[in-house]
Amino acid sequence: MHNKTITELSQGLHAKQFSSLELTEHFLARIRQHNPSLNAFVTITEEQALAQAKAADAQIALGQTGPLTGVPIAQKDIFCAQGVRTSCGSKMLDNFISPYNATVVERFNQAGAVMLGKLNMDEFAMGSSNETSYYGPVKNPWDLGTVPGGSSGGSAAAVAARLAPGATGTDTGGSIRQPAAFCGITGIKPTYGRVSRWGMIAFASSLDQGGPMARSAEDCALMLQTMAGFDEKDSTSVDLPTPDYTSGLNDSLEGLRIGLPKEFFGEGLDADIARLINEAVAEYRKLGAEVKEITLPNMHLSAPAYYVVAPAECSSNLARFDGVRYGYRCQNPVDLKDLYTRSRGEGFGAEVQRRILIGTYVLSAGYYDAYYIKAQKIRRLISEDFKQAFQEVDVILGPTSPSVAFRFGEKSADPIAMYLSDIYTIAVNLAGLPGMSIPVGFSQNLPVGMQIIGDYFSESRLLNVAHRYQQVTDWHQQSPKNF
Amino acid sequence: MSLSTAEVNKIAWLGRLAIDPDKIEAYARDLSGILDFVEQMSAVDTSAVEPMAHPQDLAQRLRPDAATEPNQRELFQAIAPLVEAGLYLVPKVIE
Repeated sequence: MHNKTITELSQGLHAKQFSSLELTEHFLARIRQHNPSLNAFVTITEEQALAQAKAADAQIALGQTGPLTGVPIAQKDIFCAQGVRTSCGSKMLDNFISPYNATVVERFNQAGAVMLGKLNMDEFAMGSSNETSYYGPVKNPWDLGTVPGGSSGGSAAAVAARLAPGATGTDTGGSIRQPAAFCGITGIKPTYGRVSRWGMIAFASSLDQGGPMARSAEDCALMLQTMAGFDEKDSTSVDLPTPDYTSGLNDSLEGLRIGLPKEFFGEGLDADIARLINEAVAEYRKLGAEVKEITLPNMHLSAPAYYVVAPAECSSNLARFDGVRYGYRCQNPVDLKDLYTRSRGEGFGAEVQRRILIGTYVLSAGYYDAYYIKAQKIRRLISEDFKQAFQEVDVILGPTSPSVAFRFGEKSADPIAMYLSDIYTIAVNLAGLPGMSIPVGFSQNLPVGMQIIGDYFSESRLLNVAHRYQQVTDWHQQSPKNF
Repeated sequence: MSLSTAEVNKIAWLGRLAIDPDKIEAYARDLSGILDFVEQMSAVDTSAVEPMAHPQDLAQRLRPDAATEPNQRELFQAIAPLVEAGLYLVPKVIE
């Protein structure tokens, strides 16, 4: 059962080939069997999952169902789930039992989906390898000595190892796309504002966006259909109708204009990855697409601008963790200053502290213009580059990451080396555009992801472009041995 | 751009972070490296560029000034480190 896609599971449930309870028990058993070696789940919500499965079976018996009724999924531990620990991968929230549901969690509940548990992640989503989690790193199911990517590494590993047919992720600088690439799965970061951020613990509020991670574009479409939509509780939620993401999946790609930014294929890109991307582009030509080279001249400035904007917003957002109202509080504080500084000093890990420090610095008097305003101006230039490009092309293709999954410890001692792992994904967040990653082959026996970037609110087009490729290739159907 | 340990201590205080004294030097090195990295931005003339704070150019949505949320003080305080009589407790602020 675990080899089936969400689409197939949904059909099986509706045809009563198996019940949601059987399906849920099957995945829970797989989690118990494999999670000790992968560390993908930080919480398994078995009791609630079984109750949700029974409720879903009752709905199916009554014929009152939607496509996700009875389908098990797992939530990144950044989404608040009522009555369940929501840790965000941090000691700071290790004792935090959420009193409410994130809108995304609420929407899956309304759709009748079953939540298997909460997934491991880099602390407060700050990391590209899952090595910053308070609960220890997630292992990549393709090679247990390599990282799964981050920050949604638990989500990517769980889906790749088929411990869950689909999972949620969040993406601030590549945190859905890069782990999807490293683990050989499909993930989409929607346009900023498409998916509600209510109850999704904030890292950098002008960049954060939640999205689905699954084994195919078709499954991502089904999940996004449930996740997307206006939410009055999120002031940046976009009040636009949600299109039907599955109806256009099979649309023809005849005449599709694909742009290949020359900046994505320059120095720093692994030659084998470049070759695989070019092979995927050749498939698109066969499907009728036209391909042209484009330029995004300010691309090289996206990581520098991001590492000012994201830490600045992080330092502001994480000011709320003060040891007073919820979360970690230090032992025996002597005064209020001691309470604040020690609760935060002991509750946050090193990478989170580095980002709070950088953010505090670039927002401080005397440096605000030189760093923060400067980065916002660069952000405008990057956004304009994309605007220009989308006058000439419909979608942009390129690598998701400059390398395949790297080994544990390889980059963790050098923050800059780690930051460069997201060099192709960051610009998309700065502009607020939708982006996807799909598997396009293997290098050194590890999966390689290709990024698909579209104009604002073009998720349907991205899913269509990904789905057509997956109809003529089988990279997305490969699964790691031993799982 | 190189940050001194004194500057790191000052930023740590602004960010309300207690950092082990023996880790300050490593943070100074890491932060200086990050500031050097972002320095690439200064090679571009942006004097005529409007800063972009956010991907959406929309005005903030407004709603009627009416209470919409029920009071859930007990639920929220159930997860607080220390409360008494409905109040959050912190060490004494005024001597």
